[in-house]
Amino acid sequence: MTSQSSPAIELRGVRKVFRTPSGASHTAVRDLDLTVQRGDFVAVVGPTGCGKSTTLTLVSGLEEPTEGEVMLSGTPVRGIDSKVGFVFQQDATFPWRTVLSNVMAGPRFRGVAKAEAKDRAREWLARVGLSAFEDRYPHQLSGGQRKRVALASTFVNDPAILLMDEPFSALDVQTRALMSDELMELWAGTGASVVFVTHDLEESIALADKVVVMTAGPATVKEVFEIDLPRPRRVESVRLEPRFVEIYREIWSSLGEEVRITRERGAQNVA
Amino acid sequence: MSPDIRSASSPAAVGRPARSEERARAARRRRGVVLLSRGVLLVLVLGVWEWFSRAKIIDPFNFSMPSRIWDQIQQWTLHGTPQGSLGEQIWYTLYEALLGWVAGVIAGVVLGIALGRVRFLADVMGPYIKVLNALPRIVLAPIFLIWFGLGPASKVASAVVLVFFPVFFNAFQGAREVDRHLIDNARILGARDRQVTFQVVIPAATSWIFTSLHVSFGFALIGAIVGEYIGATKGIGLLVSASQGTFNSAGVYAAMVILAVVALLAEGLLTFLENRLFRWKPAAPEAR
Repeated sequence: MTSQSSPAIELRGVRKVFRTPSGASHTAVRDLDLTVQRGDFVAVVGPTGCGKSTTLTLVSGLEEPTEGEVMLSGTPVRGIDSKVGFVFQQDATFPWRTVLSNVMAGPRFRGVAKAEAKDRAREWLARVGLSAFEDRYPHQLSGGQRKRVALASTFVNDPAILLMDEPFSALDVQTRALMSDELMELWAGTGASVVFVTHDLEESIALADKVVVMTAGPATVKEVFEIDLPRPRRVESVRLEPRFVEIYREIWSSLGEEVRITRERGAQNVA
Repeated sequence: MSPDIRSASSPAAVGRPARSEERARAARRRRGVVLLSRGVLLVLVLGVWEWFSRAKIIDPFNFSMPSRIWDQIQQWTLHGTPQGSLGEQIWYTLYEALLGWVAGVIAGVVLGIALGRVRFLADVMGPYIKVLNALPRIVLAPIFLIWFGLGPASKVASAVVLVFFPVFFNAFQGAREVDRHLIDNARILGARDRQVTFQVVIPAATSWIFTSLHVSFGFALIGAIVGEYIGATKGIGLLVSASQGTFNSAGVYAAMVILAVVALLAEGLLTFLENRLFRWKPAAPEAR
């Protein structure tokens, strides 16, 4: 089944309907076709609440599609795949575990011996610059440091597919730029395929090889843009380049319309 | 004890020394005033009670007075109670309460977590547990006396039924309210259902469970005491009922005082354990 040529992630005609507590049904995504090649960094942008996060939960296997098929390396997703890593928007570090123990959690869950798990965790903590903090508890860290713990505990599992759901949206602007650079460095060594959901167009252009624009909810893919900015990039400087601005304008003309539709709908609901 | 006694690691310590010194002194002074006021309040209440009783404003036979209660405690301590030595009575009550508490807590936590995690179990058992909870459980004590006799077993049983429900409901709630992202994250990281239960749900529910442990130890004591009061051969509850039977109001109060001390000591021990266990939690914000 698994052929080397099949793309890392493939969504075919995917539709996801949620039941709301009141019993009504809510369509989060519809007719969704999306392909992510191996080693690609794909950013998904779209208006708020359009169903970007749903796409990630479908790829991760946390949720099943109502219709259609999600494939990882040509194999349909049934439950959570061990190849997948997921960095959440919210803080998902275990508050009762120390930093080291948090990073060890993944390997330990997967049955790696304690000593080896500890070595691997220490290695990743060193890469995210938190070696000195391994005995701290998450509440003793800053928001940026906690995000680094989350990155380390995801990367330590060596995921071939990395899903990120607005991972840096809770951070302040400077920390966010710094974390984006660090993410690119960490990612560069792994060859993982990344799907990075964000509502920040600048962030998506600075990070990604491809930017996928989604429509107002129920979401589907509107357009895909190739980002031909050379790597390695640094977030703070790349966004000043003329090519960046050009791309930004091009994508915004597509995304802005969807944002406007979402806004108008919101205004109607209020009225 | 109260939060204002906790050592205040003041951020002012990095500021200018004179000012931080002054702040520390003010904090000490405030603590002193609080302690002193507490003492004054206690002396005042006891003093008024004693005075009213001696002046026959209240009936000393019914209401007794602090000095007599003190005499009673002393007499029990030094010469033993009519039912045997005081230590033995305290030991019996504590033993029954502790046994009932441990059994009730274990049953409550296990069932609470199980029902919190397994939807099917919760749907099946839910209504029955609600019905049982609606029952005033203290009325079960006479039944237990009939079933298990005058010995400790009947008191343990009534302590268990009192302890079980608050612990169960808290554990259940705790297991249900675990942050969904923590569970999702654990599953993505590779945790199986069992690992999610033991390494995510249970640690996350511990603060819920511990809240109920404080309350429920009090319930365990109530269960033991009421059981003893209804019929026993040993225990503080028996002291109360024996004192009541001989119209010895000082005896009833004395037993109450002893009970309060025992309960406070147990509470202190629990708080100590809790603080050890919850080092991962951010410190409670200082009371102002």
